[in-house]
Amino acid sequence: MKTPRRKPVLDRRAVVAEILKRRNGALVVAGLGAPCWDTAAAGDNPLNFYTWGGMGGAAMIGLGLAIAQPKRRVLIITGDGEILMGLGALATIGVQQPPNISVIVMDNEHYGETGMQATHTRLGVDLAGVAKAAGFRAAATIYDNAELRTWVPRLCSEPGPVFAAFKVTTDHAPLVLPRRDGTALKHRFREALLGVEEAYK
Amino acid sequence: MKKVVTNIEDRSRARRKTSPPVVDTAPAAASWPDRLHAVLRDMAIHQVAYVPDSGHARLIALVQSDRGMRAIPLTTEEEGVALAVGAWLGGDRSVLLTQSSGVGNCINMLSMVQECRVPLLMLVTMRGEWGEFNPWQLPMAQATQPVLTAMGVVVHRADDADQIVQTVSAAGRLAFNTSRAVAVLISQRVIGAKEFKK
Repeated sequence: MKTPRRKPVLDRRAVVAEILKRRNGALVVAGLGAPCWDTAAAGDNPLNFYTWGGMGGAAMIGLGLAIAQPKRRVLIITGDGEILMGLGALATIGVQQPPNISVIVMDNEHYGETGMQATHTRLGVDLAGVAKAAGFRAAATIYDNAELRTWVPRLCSEPGPVFAAFKVTTDHAPLVLPRRDGTALKHRFREALLGVEEAYK
Repeated sequence: MKKVVTNIEDRSRARRKTSPPVVDTAPAAASWPDRLHAVLRDMAIHQVAYVPDSGHARLIALVQSDRGMRAIPLTTEEEGVALAVGAWLGGDRSVLLTQSSGVGNCINMLSMVQECRVPLLMLVTMRGEWGEFNPWQLPMAQATQPVLTAMGVVVHRADDADQIVQTVSAAGRLAFNTSRAVAVLISQRVIGAKEFKK
């Protein structure tokens, strides 16, 4: 049943930059590893929450945020290894149907931080298929720039939950490390979103 | 201090669109899950995440019929820990209902609430400790408190029904006033051992 494999050609930095150009006040949760560096490279923002641990939790952070802030778009930008560790989250999001969520996977089909071992997506697992089966309103695997141009606006505004896996290369990109103190990241996010008074009540 | 409490009550009321829900026939003196539900409501808890346990069955039913609360069933308990982080980032309060075996699933994700100082309130119904029939429940029952403590979670115990409501109320204040993870372990003595009937 496996479809023939298509070689990933998209550049991860360019994809994330293209998405975040249109964020328009969206709240961003970045999954640990390269998606954090990609998000930081596109320009730091107090409404970016970078995770440096808790692998498998990024999508669920996004769900809690989306339910708390139904009027804001929530973009979860993570990797294939990270989402595979918490696949059940796609089912939980599918059940909740938050209209303001997009789960965006930078799928390079490898564990980039631990020696480039293949992930399940390299071995045939179709994440967009999982998302669709879990109840996402729209889900796709994006291979080229033409598809990217159609999907970026959808991810930023279409009623969700929406899912997209971007097939990106394993090419090395320079490290752009965001802040890593979790408490500091939490404080600046809440200050920017809720205001100083509410953030420290 | 007083001002904060008032504010919480106001927020709770603002979220509630209807009068308190009625789930089947409530006894004249409310049972502990009913009182627990009221305490969670007064704390302005909005997101209620859970993996079902028979000990939480009535509370879950109350939450599901409360339009001021969002019932969020999970596939595994660590989802609820990550959810609590997102909820708090967005200004929402959450609670995680789980049975003791689910605590084991949460271990690594608890790093996140520790590192980010995110309030986490966990209500844990114990299995495998009091009159248990199923031997597979015992290892995690024995490990529940040490594992939580090892991950920096403050642990309160409620060993009889009368203690549950005040213990959860105190645990909630601790969690949300000091931005810490707090778990309340509800003894199997209160819930009773599961019966395996033929």
